[in-house]
Amino acid sequence: MKSFGKKSPWSALKKALATTAAAAGVALGGAAQADDTIKIGFGMALTGGLAGAGKGALIAMEVWRDDVNARGGILGKQVELVYYDDQSNPATVPGIYTKLLDIDEVDFVVSGYGTNLIAPAMPIMMQRGLVFPALFGLAVNEKFNYDNYFQIMPAGPEPMTDWSRGFFEIAMAQDPAPKSIALVSADAEFARNAATGARQTADKLGLEIVYDESYHPKTADFSPIVNAIQARKPDIVFVASYPPDSVGMVKAVNEVGLKTRLFGGGMVGLQFASIMTALGPQLNGIVNYDFWVPEPTLKFEGVEEFLVKYQKAAEGKGVDPIGYYLQPYAYAYLQVLDQAIAATGSMDHAEIGKYMRDAEFDTVVGKVRFAPNGEWAKTRVLQVQYQGIEDNELATFTKQGTRVVLYPAEWVSGELNYPYAQ
Amino acid sequence: MFTVDLLLSALVAGVLLGGFYAAVSLGLTVAFGQLNIVNIAHPAFVILGSYVAYMCNSRWGLDPILVGLAFTPVFFLIGVGAYRIYYESFERRDDEALRGLAFFFGVMFIIEVGLIMVYGVDFRTVQAPYIGQNFKIGAVGVPTRMLVPFCVSLVMFACVYLYMSRTFNGRAIMAVAQDRLALQLMAADPVRIKQLGFGIGIGTTALAGALLIIIIPIEPSIGRLYIGQVFAIAVLAGLGSIPGTLVAALVLGIAESLVATFFGPSWAPAVAFGILLLALAFRPQGLFGR
Repeated sequence: MKSFGKKSPWSALKKALATTAAAAGVALGGAAQADDTIKIGFGMALTGGLAGAGKGALIAMEVWRDDVNARGGILGKQVELVYYDDQSNPATVPGIYTKLLDIDEVDFVVSGYGTNLIAPAMPIMMQRGLVFPALFGLAVNEKFNYDNYFQIMPAGPEPMTDWSRGFFEIAMAQDPAPKSIALVSADAEFARNAATGARQTADKLGLEIVYDESYHPKTADFSPIVNAIQARKPDIVFVASYPPDSVGMVKAVNEVGLKTRLFGGGMVGLQFASIMTALGPQLNGIVNYDFWVPEPTLKFEGVEEFLVKYQKAAEGKGVDPIGYYLQPYAYAYLQVLDQAIAATGSMDHAEIGKYMRDAEFDTVVGKVRFAPNGEWAKTRVLQVQYQGIEDNELATFTKQGTRVVLYPAEWVSGELNYPYAQ
Repeated sequence: MFTVDLLLSALVAGVLLGGFYAAVSLGLTVAFGQLNIVNIAHPAFVILGSYVAYMCNSRWGLDPILVGLAFTPVFFLIGVGAYRIYYESFERRDDEALRGLAFFFGVMFIIEVGLIMVYGVDFRTVQAPYIGQNFKIGAVGVPTRMLVPFCVSLVMFACVYLYMSRTFNGRAIMAVAQDRLALQLMAADPVRIKQLGFGIGIGTTALAGALLIIIIPIEPSIGRLYIGQVFAIAVLAGLGSIPGTLVAALVLGIAESLVATFFGPSWAPAVAFGILLLALAFRPQGLFGR
């Protein structure tokens, strides 16, 4: 009878030795690799509700990696990105960063996209004293007060109120100035923070808040909310919403025929190509925040070259094909880290953190300097107005003049069409 | 603030929203309520229907509702296939309780990841002449974006209801979970009947998905938001009742709309689920359950 599966002790020993040698080879190879690479780790929303932005950010970061490696790396070392899908789920974040630091042994970590996914990583960063460049979190450091936190979103030193400051300054500059406001926000972290800031500013300006409500993220029809706002006849309406809600809100406003002088403020999603092309002319007149638009006042050095590379890399990947909103900033927060490592010539987080607090950085989103709380030293949350949109073509939104900048003053590129609807 | 116009607007919006909820819940009523199959992947099939509508609309400009209708037989066959796997792997071995649930969780994730791989994660919408239109009856605005899905939903309900109540196979589907033996005595094969019923349940998601993408932009994971809602409607209806599903969906839609208009939208889901709790406390079998 033939025997299956039985091996001699000698062959078993040979196999064990070979396996051990192979494992050692991998470990040694890894060590050798670790010496000539800089590993940057992060979690990113590649699935789930935030994946539209998260995947776009990842492509931008890969463009940066390729650019840096092509010019010879940082401190002569090639850059490697190590990342995991956080599934848009904050509960996954502590596990991901612990693995990145303890198992993958990355040299630096940066945040994933969005307030909800930055905050859960903060305790780990603070515990280990790590430099933490962050991507689009609103007022995350308000409660942590961590000195090595650096936020690339240009909210400004008082992020909650700076976020909507432009919307209110535009409104109050009109004659007659508005006297009442409606506030409506999604019941989620970012939108709550944005609405809190808007509420504080409205109180400070003496505006009467005639409607102040939040809604559940699964709301499918916004016409009851818009009808309720319409019944209170507010002079201006500030909305803090997420992409599907922003679409529902804009559609409901057009269907109901909301009459108010200024509408918009903090609507996420109206900057995305897929949503702009879906809504088309329904966007006209809305004044909303943005971070980069193709206006002549915002042609920072390198931004257009970056966008060409991004747009090529994004082809066929089911992400935003033009990448104006988040993508330049996803490139820029790695540029900041790159410049800080190169300038200090060090991998020491304390030294790099000190440099980042003091220095000014040249990036594709312009010059960046951080305030002591890690936010931009000066706000640059743009308020733009959608104007002259007559179709749903993507090319329309790549043209100058369809989203004119109204705020801040130094970046203004057009004039407000006022009122929104009477 | 209360005005009659505001009340009428809220009622109209609630009825239209309820019609949409009903369309999304109908398939689950058949699968969960009548066949006793906890199809947790139901919203994922709805999203699959939305993507089919999107694909045909963006490539060839086809109307999303016509696409939904055309793909209903395809989804029916997908449902038949899914039930056959479920039956052979779990139900036949009396393993359906926990493993069957895990199976449908798996199906949900496969659909979601498959859609991400094919279409990416960007938001998708459709274009149709009735999207963005609005007309007024007195002071009450009626958006056609909501009215068209409402009307389609009513027609879909009427068709499924007539089939279930007027045909032998339909009555067999309603009976199969209650008394398999009696069904066998009537010369009907319970497995084939459940297969047919599950196919119908999944078939409705092709059209429900088309209605969903008319109302909101979609991305692959957005179905998860509606899992609670569709199960709540199926339970409130009285498991298995098709007219009950329509009534329960309208009740939830109107309640959400009235609360959002007069008390604030943050209370809307709490009130909707409060109604469910009250119904279960005083009428555990649901509104139309026996």
